[in-house]
Amino acid sequence: MAKKKTVRAAFEAGEFVVTGECGPPKGTDIKEMLHHAEGMLGYVNGINVTDNQSSVMRIGSLPVCKLLVDMGHDPVFQITGRDRNRLAIQSDLLGAHILGIRNVLCLTGDGVQAGDHKDAKPVFDLESVQILQAVEALNNGKDMAGNDLKGATSLFPGAVVTPESKPIKPQLMKFEKKIQAGAKFFQTQAVYDVENFLDFMKFARQFNTKIMAGLVLLTSAGMANYMNKFVPGVSVPQHLIDRMKAAGKEKAVDTGIDIMCEFIKATRDQCDGVHIMAIGKEHLVPEIVKRAGLA
Amino acid sequence: MIVQETKSKELILEMLKGMKKIFLVGCGDCAMVCEAGGDNDLNNLKEMLASDGIEVTGMMVPDTSCHIPDMKTHLKKHAKEIEEADCIGVMACGAGVQSVGTVYEEKIVLPLNNSLFLGNTERFGQHVEFCSACGECRIDKFGAICPITRCYKGILNGPCGGVNNGMCEIGNDTPCAWVLAYERLEKQNRLDNLKEPLKAKKWSAHLKPMTHLNPTNKKKMEEKEAKRKAQEEKKAK
Repeated sequence: MAKKKTVRAAFEAGEFVVTGECGPPKGTDIKEMLHHAEGMLGYVNGINVTDNQSSVMRIGSLPVCKLLVDMGHDPVFQITGRDRNRLAIQSDLLGAHILGIRNVLCLTGDGVQAGDHKDAKPVFDLESVQILQAVEALNNGKDMAGNDLKGATSLFPGAVVTPESKPIKPQLMKFEKKIQAGAKFFQTQAVYDVENFLDFMKFARQFNTKIMAGLVLLTSAGMANYMNKFVPGVSVPQHLIDRMKAAGKEKAVDTGIDIMCEFIKATRDQCDGVHIMAIGKEHLVPEIVKRAGLA
Repeated sequence: MIVQETKSKELILEMLKGMKKIFLVGCGDCAMVCEAGGDNDLNNLKEMLASDGIEVTGMMVPDTSCHIPDMKTHLKKHAKEIEEADCIGVMACGAGVQSVGTVYEEKIVLPLNNSLFLGNTERFGQHVEFCSACGECRIDKFGAICPITRCYKGILNGPCGGVNNGMCEIGNDTPCAWVLAYERLEKQNRLDNLKEPLKAKKWSAHLKPMTHLNPTNKKKMEEKEAKRKAQEEKKAK
């Protein structure tokens, strides 16, 4: 496969950007993770590396991003305010730059109560908007306290938005703040409802920023139901849950891929890219990209 | 007030291991309101301890237990009962426990309550946390709703992705403080308040342990200092 442009270069060239995602394991055995990442070479512009997602302790995002750089990928370094204060965040951002990492996705982070270390002290010294402010400062050669840096960063900051958030108005207010604070691109929380996403895109198009639809692969009717009921900011339309049910166990993953590809085809003219989250099924990303006509 | 609750019987007995006699101190302020430091609460504890063979040598409930000079005066009146006891158990917040510890350095002092939070009373006997005494109040911007306290993540620029039909992702029927603030400001036509991205909070406004002087005390201190300086200058001449 030919090498793809980096996330930033592809956005700047006006191309439709495709990113995948990898969740580092809990433990030091990284063979499977690296194997999946290798499989995505040539199919994606970038790979997100999650930062102790769902507040479950794992390998950090930063060292895994470095391994992906070495592999020839353009990683998206996810960084949250949950576990680090402003010193650690800025320090890790400087570290990311010197390791050749350029994209950084600035997130507030899940609550620690959701994870596997429920007695941990939640930090949240900075949240998403303020992490974006930190990136902007470092890119301009200053730290958050206004001190000069010996060498600025050249990071490409992104953020997340939840188009299905209820109520939506406070979420859109924060979306605007993220743009003001320097977010150059957005990945959405998982979306399934084409109409609702396109409504959101109409709103988002007022602003000079890039939007990628965040797509989580449905792998069973149970998962579709669970996401719809229990994951905040995610809504799976009933007709899709029914379709997953009708597909049965054997055809479930295939149907999930169909649903994702249909979403991509229905929206690709109106957004700037897709972020594919094939949780636990990362080896399917090349197939998804091909079936969606993005290869 | 400082919302608090009395520790479990098991925890109290664990602290009392090897001890036979205890003097009890309560608090007629916050602890009493929380049913964790008034006369009734001390008597109940006395009964419970008796069933485990622990004798209460005496007890007292000061108006408030966080006032160190008052605590000193009150404890003096019970010197004999305290001397008889192996320890002093305090049914008050951590501040009350440390008032006793400051006065009676030679005695074992045990905390019998857990201090929970700086609370508002919503209804009789029902308390909620609205303020965390962070040292720098900015709730004018948020419709007088504190996101530092009432948002689990204590964030300053709007709701996180965890808001679920107006409720917080942590559950417990906790409303999202940001949705509350947004709706209140919308009613007041003041949504512009929320537009500007706010910079990170100044945590230097709350560096533990804090100290504080009332304005009158501050003025007196300054006057005293000025007087001392004037005298020194006079001497030098």
